[in-house]
Amino acid sequence: MFLEIKDLSVKIENKNILKSLNLNINKGEVHAIMGPNGSGKSTLANVLAGKEDYEILNGRINFKDNDLFDLNIEERAQEGMFLAFQYPVEIPGVNITPFLHSAINSKRKRMNIEEIDNLSFAKLLKSKASDLGINIDMLKRSVNTGFSGGEKKRYEILQMSILNPDLAILDETDSGLDIDALKIVTDGVNKLKTKDNSFLIITHYQKLLDYIKPDYVHVMVNGSIVRSGGSEIAAEIDKDGFQKFQ
Amino acid sequence: MNSETLNTLDTYSKNKYKYGFVTDIDNEKPKKGLNEDIIKFISQKKNEPDWMLDWRLKAFSKWKKMKEPKWANLSFPEIDYQDIYYYSAPKGFEKKPKDLSEVDPKLIETYNKLGIPLEEQKVLAGVAVDVVFDSVSVATTYKGELEKLGIIFCSIGEAIQKHPDLIKKYLGSVIPPGDHSFSALNSAVFTDGSFVYIPEGVKCPMELSTYFRINAENTGQFERTLIIADKGSYVSYLEGCTAPKRDDNQLHAANVELIALEDAEIKYSTVQNWYPGDEDGKGGIYNFVTKRGLCAGKNSKISWTQVETGSAITWKYPSCILKGDNSIGEFYSVAITNNFQQADTGTKMTHIGKNTKSKIISKGISLGRSQNTYRGEVSFLRKAEKARNYTQCDSLLVGNQCGAHTVPYIDSKNNTAVIEHEASTSKINEDQLYYCRQRGLSHEEAVSLIVNGFCKQVLQELPMEFAVEAQKLVSISLEGSVG
Repeated sequence: MFLEIKDLSVKIENKNILKSLNLNINKGEVHAIMGPNGSGKSTLANVLAGKEDYEILNGRINFKDNDLFDLNIEERAQEGMFLAFQYPVEIPGVNITPFLHSAINSKRKRMNIEEIDNLSFAKLLKSKASDLGINIDMLKRSVNTGFSGGEKKRYEILQMSILNPDLAILDETDSGLDIDALKIVTDGVNKLKTKDNSFLIITHYQKLLDYIKPDYVHVMVNGSIVRSGGSEIAAEIDKDGFQKFQ
Repeated sequence: MNSETLNTLDTYSKNKYKYGFVTDIDNEKPKKGLNEDIIKFISQKKNEPDWMLDWRLKAFSKWKKMKEPKWANLSFPEIDYQDIYYYSAPKGFEKKPKDLSEVDPKLIETYNKLGIPLEEQKVLAGVAVDVVFDSVSVATTYKGELEKLGIIFCSIGEAIQKHPDLIKKYLGSVIPPGDHSFSALNSAVFTDGSFVYIPEGVKCPMELSTYFRINAENTGQFERTLIIADKGSYVSYLEGCTAPKRDDNQLHAANVELIALEDAEIKYSTVQNWYPGDEDGKGGIYNFVTKRGLCAGKNSKISWTQVETGSAITWKYPSCILKGDNSIGEFYSVAITNNFQQADTGTKMTHIGKNTKSKIISKGISLGRSQNTYRGEVSFLRKAEKARNYTQCDSLLVGNQCGAHTVPYIDSKNNTAVIEHEASTSKINEDQLYYCRQRGLSHEEAVSLIVNGFCKQVLQELPMEFAVEAQKLVSISLEGSVG
């Protein structure tokens, strides 16, 4: 199994957020998790990425034959997990080129692949940016600093395409995007998709799924997955909302 | 080897051994303590003219009546001036390590991280390298090229011998010996330092650095530097080296004076990385430095850039006196304190002339249990019509046992002055760390990246190759502070 979440219960500040959650993802699959606000979707994304604010009460997670809880945040990233953030944070004064260059090399180091040199990396970054329709000028700015919401999300997808993860988690990447930006972002995801990598797409709205076709859709309510199926579920939610799942 | 190199080597070795016997004090190692005898001894060792000795003695008599300035946010035990050696040249003569295997491995590790070549490592660690042929010939080549342009670049001792008129005119003209006790002390006992004179209309074609001066190795604890940029000239001067120097001397009190005449510009960059003491706050240098520049002429400009990561105590305020109309003063500073380090640093901008401008960008980073203070004074005198100042001081705290303090003084006697002041204090942001680590960077890499980003405005003022080393140095000084 590529990613296996078994019986996962998580709390933060005395509040139980995830309750006996189960989810399996195979290589090459695209999964979507939909759910109302406060259902625990973002918590799941952060627990997977390793954010330290949460208390794991029960359960286990396996990722590429690792017990995920044995790995810290950066080790998980180096193993090929990528989280596209809902609210990417600004890092003033830090340019994306050295930032991503260090990131890609730390991953290569863990995988015992030769590090990529400055020049080759700069070329790679430029070509990926132009593939995604990202203006080269944006690469001269500091990470996320002074970016609009749409720019930040595109920037996340650019980073994703450079780091080429095995599992990409997109946390409400569609929120706050206009239709043009949404297209750029979803195009990026579709280009990146292969039979060897997997996606976990977290969204509140069904619209994103018009552009990215998931193999599975899960409905998450109150910390558990209450229903799983194909893309027909997304259509149901679009029509009737989350009411009937609660 | 060409003849010029041979000549240099010859003088070099002669300089080392030419000191004869001295009358009243043991010639190998004078006793500890500060008195007229030791000052006479120093002056004699340096073969100085009488007027220089008089100058030193006058400074000493002023020092005797003075007390140390106590207004800084620093705490340290009383300095016992009688328990200090005031002359020990060539430094570490008898206790030099024979080769790198005798040098603290921690220090070697740091050198390697900074990417410093083996030969340079030896020089920096004070290994007894009799003559480093490469650097001597490099120095010689530079010297020849500079001489053609009429640029004087030599030790202050040599300048006292060869250029007495310039020394008499300018030494102490910006920092009078009686300014405060540390300037009086330095004036009385200074042993080495640099002298630079750039003639009218000459743009110095290279960065001048103590590193290329042959006797840089012996630069002592009471350094004295004097830089004069004549009308319409330009010079960029780099002080020190980014590699850490382990030094046994507890007290350092350097004086640096800059003079920019009409339309001249001086850019002075420092990376200070003296021994900061250990993780428990034991040892380390007390660094009491006075740096002051005088924009004497119209349209002149003086720019200070400093990266301060070392010393147990840093007391340092590179300042500008903006006397000439339209003159400009700038101060860019990064001060990083870790463990038990204390830094009280900033600047003084004194606006005297019309349309004078000053700019202050200060970035303080505190880690561990350290204390980091920005102290600045911007004053506008009565005749400083339409003068302007812009001040920005930002503090970054890493952890919760350190302190950051900002003490800006503003004093305006002219109501056309425009003053802008911005200040911020922030803690290193957990969300930024999480974001970086999610991309695969380690905790330490992430902190270093964020701190370097925070300092960028200042680091980019440094000359290119210096900036790269300074960035590495910033990362090294953060080590062991996170986790």
